[in-house]
Amino acid sequence: MATLKSLRLRINSVKSTRKITQAMKMVAAAKLRRAQTQAEAARPYAERMERMLASLGASVAGSPDAPKLLVGTGADKVHLLVVVTAERGLCGGFNTNVGRFTRTTVRALEAEGKTVKIITVGRKGAVYLKREFGSRFVGEYSFANKKRIGFEDASEVTSRISEMLEAGEFDVCTLIYNRFKNVISQTPVGQQLIPAPMPEATGDSGMLYEFEPTEEEILARILPQNLAIQLYRALLENQAGFYGSQMTAMDNATRNAGEMINKLTLNYNRTRQANITKELIEIISGAEAV
Amino acid sequence: MATFQLELVSPEKLLLSRPVEMVVIPAAEGEMGVLPGHAPMIVALRGGTIRVTEGGRETDRLFVAGGFAEVTPERVTVLADEATPVAELSKAEADRRIATAEAAYNAAAMDTPEKRDAAMATLLAMRAMREVAEAA
Repeated sequence: MATLKSLRLRINSVKSTRKITQAMKMVAAAKLRRAQTQAEAARPYAERMERMLASLGASVAGSPDAPKLLVGTGADKVHLLVVVTAERGLCGGFNTNVGRFTRTTVRALEAEGKTVKIITVGRKGAVYLKREFGSRFVGEYSFANKKRIGFEDASEVTSRISEMLEAGEFDVCTLIYNRFKNVISQTPVGQQLIPAPMPEATGDSGMLYEFEPTEEEILARILPQNLAIQLYRALLENQAGFYGSQMTAMDNATRNAGEMINKLTLNYNRTRQANITKELIEIISGAEAV
Repeated sequence: MATFQLELVSPEKLLLSRPVEMVVIPAAEGEMGVLPGHAPMIVALRGGTIRVTEGGRETDRLFVAGGFAEVTPERVTVLADEATPVAELSKAEADRRIATAEAAYNAAAMDTPEKRDAAMATLLAMRAMREVAEAA
């Protein structure tokens, strides 16, 4: 049986762990709220962009000289995966889920005889995937030193993607990230970026628009912007999901620590009681012998 | 006076959404005043000021560095790359960004024409920003 002293030390150490996890949970909750507001603030732009694209794209998609960003290179040989993960751990299965999803995707693609290239955004994804797929890495981005992810961070990554497309380094681009369903549930999804899936024209888009300058020029400017906004949205959702996931994980950890403390305290009290009883017996039997 | 819905959004947030009487937007090929009932258009924007008129007076002036606008008879949606109220612009900031844009333009001198055009557009937008900041 453990000695009283070792038990006491153990209880104290679990208590300080609980303090830390509790604090982390609270910090994550506060940051989650901020990340969620940021993600919501970005939504109107993405929605309006989609509406505009719907009215633009339909007419251009059919033509042979349509921009590559819209229709791709026509081939389906080289796949580029953009994997978005968090910068830090201690968030349950958040990063692992994306990692696992990516691994299945890569294996499936390679089984079909396709070439895979990987760009990671976020430190954890790079660490997770590098061991297995290090040879397929073409880029790594990390915004760990940024307090707040801005739109220009997303454009930095997407301009690199556009360059690669122009150079013919890949045919299909897919974005993998954790979709933020709610605070407790995030699911990894793969979203195709290039060739761009065209949003369905709805409602008032029967209107005939005039374009200034030309339709093609506007499209050529709007498509890279759209690419960046998609990634930006993924980054924000990833951020919100990360804090949500971390909050849940830390909540669990706090609860587990509490349970452990209860068990250890019970054990401690029993041991103490047993020691007292033993001492009493010793005294009594000593007195009787005299 | 008749009004239409004006929406001004940047990637980071929704800046403005309310009924207005007139708006002047810096379209790529010249300033464009929009009144209610305008023919549907999609225009690219260059760096310049968006001026909003309500109740016969100019009520808001915002600088945009570029973007797009969708005009329909009852609605104008401006998707700005970035938008700042004119009063908040600073000349020093504009100068700093002109310098960066110039460097980028010089670096792109050997690059493809598209890239050069893009760098030129940024540079022009930043120069417009300084002009607006100076005037304010």
